Amino acid sequence: MLELDRVTRAFATPDGGTYCTLRDISLKVGSGAFVALVGPSGCGKSTLLNIVAGLLRPTSGRVRVGDEELAGLNRRATYMFQQDALLPWKDVRDNVALGLVLAGRTRADANRSADEWLARVGLTAFASHYPSQLSGGMRKRVAMAQNWIIDRDILLMDEPFSALDVHTRQRMETELLALWEAPRSAESFMVGRAFQAIRKTILFVTHDLEEAIALADDVVVLSAGPASHIVARHPVALERPRDLLELRTSAAFIDLYRTLWAVLREEVIKSQRERSRA
Amino acid sequence: MFWQFLVAVIVVASWQSLVAMKLLDPFFVSRPSAIAARIATWTIDGTLWRHLIVTIEESLLGLIVGAALGISLGFGFARAPAVARVFDPYIKMLNAVPRVVLAPLFLLWFGLGIWSKVALAVTLVFFVMFFNTYQGVRDADRVLIDNVRMLGASERQLVRHVLIPSALTWIFSSLQTSLGFAMVGAVVGEYLGATRGLGYVISQAEGTFDTTGVFAGMTVLAVVVVIVSVGVSRLERWLLRWKS
Ligand SMILES: Nc1ncnc2c1ncn2[C@@H]1O[C@H](COP(=O)(O)OP(=O)(O)OP(=O)(O)O)[C@@H](O)[C@H]1O
Ligand SMILES: [Mg+2]
Repeated sequence: MLELDRVTRAFATPDGGTYCTLRDISLKVGSGAFVALVGPSGCGKSTLLNIVAGLLRPTSGRVRVGDEELAGLNRRATYMFQQDALLPWKDVRDNVALGLVLAGRTRADANRSADEWLARVGLTAFASHYPSQLSGGMRKRVAMAQNWIIDRDILLMDEPFSALDVHTRQRMETELLALWEAPRSAESFMVGRAFQAIRKTILFVTHDLEEAIALADDVVVLSAGPASHIVARHPVALERPRDLLELRTSAAFIDLYRTLWAVLREEVIKSQRERSRA
Repeated sequence: MFWQFLVAVIVVASWQSLVAMKLLDPFFVSRPSAIAARIATWTIDGTLWRHLIVTIEESLLGLIVGAALGISLGFGFARAPAVARVFDPYIKMLNAVPRVVLAPLFLLWFGLGIWSKVALAVTLVFFVMFFNTYQGVRDADRVLIDNVRMLGASERQLVRHVLIPSALTWIFSSLQTSLGFAMVGAVVGEYLGATRGLGYVISQAEGTFDTTGVFAGMTVLAVVVVIVSVGVSRLERWLLRWKS
């Protein structure tokens, strides 16, 4: 579904040099897979998602989506940004309906779908609120609905829950898995595509290894920057549907956590050493 | 509110009594009772409305034309940085021209009627609107733009859903200033050469050393500005209600 082929990205630094953020990232993500990317802060996770989204061009290397090479924006993906990205001047309903309105659906039709999505994320009572009037967790749920309402094949998520408290976070993780595991909506019928029982492909960035293991099929560990590369990729052999409340104490989970933490720990230490030197 | 009112009462009362005690000469500063009487006369004989209407008309036209020009040019410049770089020094130069020196030119070009005053108001409003629109568009949040593009927006839709609303918050915040400027432009224009309007009334009074008339004209102007700015801040609060 998604393939990165020796993707490298460098940035110009203020003093006129170049800073190589990512080097030779090659990664294949199967259709309908949930892949988590972990790595120390500043290693280039957001940069990688921006490249897959088509918002940023790689300095070298290629990205393939389906069987086409990516040029320009990735029209098969939606992107939940690390920062708040709701339009502050639109109320919750209009924010959720936005993708449909942009696609040329009538206002009434878009609002009807938006209301369905608001019900699914439990925000019906807040349809007419503005983003500034919501809590952080509510805003994330609106962003989730906003992304999910336009039913694209790929969902990019950049630390979507890291700003939330533990309980809200666990709720959101459960909701995310429920959405992902549920059959794709009837939307696919209406736009004339063949019905796809297949799930969305999710690329999920987090710095929290526990969250990565709990949610994903595959965990990919990125090294500390500069020139970050992939240091490990492990499949998560935990069956679905997963009970996130029980999962974290199961033996298989703990084993995997140990293995991956041994790798990630090194990188986190390296990145801290790098930072204290700078 | 109470304290604000109290300040006004104290100022007016001491003014009146200082004049009554002959500490101030009414020839130079008039007196509140005379000013009030004059405003009452004007209101009754229709002078007030005849001139006020003209001033308001000029201000509004100046505001509308200035805003239309400033917003569209500000938008264009923000979307075409290369063009903006070329014209930047010229815009700054034009903005530095003192408006008073333009007034006689405008009188020559547009005549004694309302259009020379509208033009003067436009030169003031234009720059406020221009700079705010430019800034508002340039300042639009990168993440919001990226998000809307990922959600499928075309260039046109990007302008409509992100850039315009983002600039509007800046434009609305400057509406107060723009309106004040529009009125200043209109009144100064009338003052320097007109046959109607509040500025004309004030300049006529000054010509005959009628300080009461000057103060009455200024009072009417001040009251109008206060009423208008209350209205504008209401409007602004409503339009920017999503900010809390
Ligand atoms: N537009 C840019 N210009 C210059 N340097 C950039 C730019 N974007 C990212 N970088 C650099 O690339 C590196 C990786 O940044 P990135 O935001 O991808 O990290 P991250 O892994 O997402 O970090 P975090 O976990 O803190 O979100 C950083 O050192 C950053 O300074
Ligand atoms: Mg990041």
